[in-house]
Amino acid sequence: MRKRILSILFYFIMFFCFLLQCTLFKRLSFGGISPNLLIITTTSIGFMRGEKPGLLAGFVSGLFVDIFFGDVIGLYAMLYMYIGFLNGKFSKIFYPEDLKLPLALITLSDLSFGMVCYIVLFLLRGRLNFPYFFFRIILPETVYTLVMGIVLYPILLTLYKRLNIDEDRSETEFV
Amino acid sequence: MSPVIKPKGEKFTLPGKYLLFILTILCTGLMVLTFTTSALSTPLSYAAGFLVVPFEKGISKVGSYLNERTEMLQEIQHLIEENESLKQQVADLTGENISLQQDRFELTNLRQLYQLDAEYADYEKIGARVISKDSGNWYHSFVIDKGTDDGIEENMNVIAGTGLVGRVASTGKNWAKVTTIISDNVSASGTVLSTSDNIVVTGNLETYAEGRIEFSKLIDEKNQVVEGDKIVTSNISDHYLPGILIGYISGINTDSNNLTKSGYVTPAVDFSHLEEVLIILEQKQTIED
Repeated sequence: MRKRILSILFYFIMFFCFLLQCTLFKRLSFGGISPNLLIITTTSIGFMRGEKPGLLAGFVSGLFVDIFFGDVIGLYAMLYMYIGFLNGKFSKIFYPEDLKLPLALITLSDLSFGMVCYIVLFLLRGRLNFPYFFFRIILPETVYTLVMGIVLYPILLTLYKRLNIDEDRSETEFV
Repeated sequence: MSPVIKPKGEKFTLPGKYLLFILTILCTGLMVLTFTTSALSTPLSYAAGFLVVPFEKGISKVGSYLNERTEMLQEIQHLIEENESLKQQVADLTGENISLQQDRFELTNLRQLYQLDAEYADYEKIGARVISKDSGNWYHSFVIDKGTDDGIEENMNVIAGTGLVGRVASTGKNWAKVTTIISDNVSASGTVLSTSDNIVVTGNLETYAEGRIEFSKLIDEKNQVVEGDKIVTSNISDHYLPGILIGYISGINTDSNNLTKSGYVTPAVDFSHLEEVLIILEQKQTIED
């Protein structure tokens, strides 16, 4: 039951992040670059809750991006889904006290997301100036996302801890 | 034992790997489907419109309200100073106005010569507010708060002020997505107004950092086209109505083939501060297939 509440809460936050990303953070952009909050939520759900919740969260958030801004439906959904899934692999070595792993994963995820976006959307159309795109778009976005991750991740973590600790307790009581 | 089969009594669960596999196929299928048909986009965009657009409208309303307030406070001091200089300017402008009126007379005559009577000032238009922008940093598309309910259809032209912004790429019940001409994956057919040479204007993320986009395929043997020339949409464009201002030429290079020229166009619209846009309700006539 608590797990269900947790996933509903996480999905709610994800939806809210999507809204903020397209509105508020476009106003707060530095040099035309805004952070990718959906990466933070997808990644966090991935390593906190495992492969399956991670890939589902990624799929849903990617689908939102696809419907509103994608040229084809399914591309971002697939990308985010794989990011959620691969981060789910790290749920085995994740423990809440450690801050290094989550932030490293968020950074790595956004970096690889940017790379794949560049390859699929730009390189294949013959835009070969990779250093420009890397230093002008991918890297600033990653840094901004990391900064937002430092803010957003503790919020997700507190939620996760609260609902998860209670879960453990009720289980032991039951046994 | 296969991971799918579990002992009796336990709930059936699908392992992540299989779910990933199924959803990957689903995604690929969706991509192929949206590439070839547009059957899928309508129901999805309707559903999303109900869910997302009301929130986005609210947020952008609050945002613009706060923006207006802070701007107002900053402006007061500025306005007092400006008032002084404006009074001076009124005097100057009155003189200028007289000469402009003469120019206008000339312009009316020239327009008749150019047969541009159907200038885009006469098209039926509808105003809309920008409520959200592309979630990523790669393209410059945005979402407006009007949709099929307000008579907006795909491929309608979007302008702001006097210049071309782009066209409607997809529509929902109460929203529509607009792709801009500065997006890296968008090209438009344009005409140099002074010589009537057709060119291709292409959005470019790289050069837009300097505030300009690319043009190419200009054939101009006599070197008549110069920097500052106006570029309007051409009459052979697939989606754009003819004669809408795109921008001004801000750099010309001869291509390595020595036949064509390419260069840069400074768009007439300030894309980073778009708040309200106009959608032309008339569509470019196309040959039915």
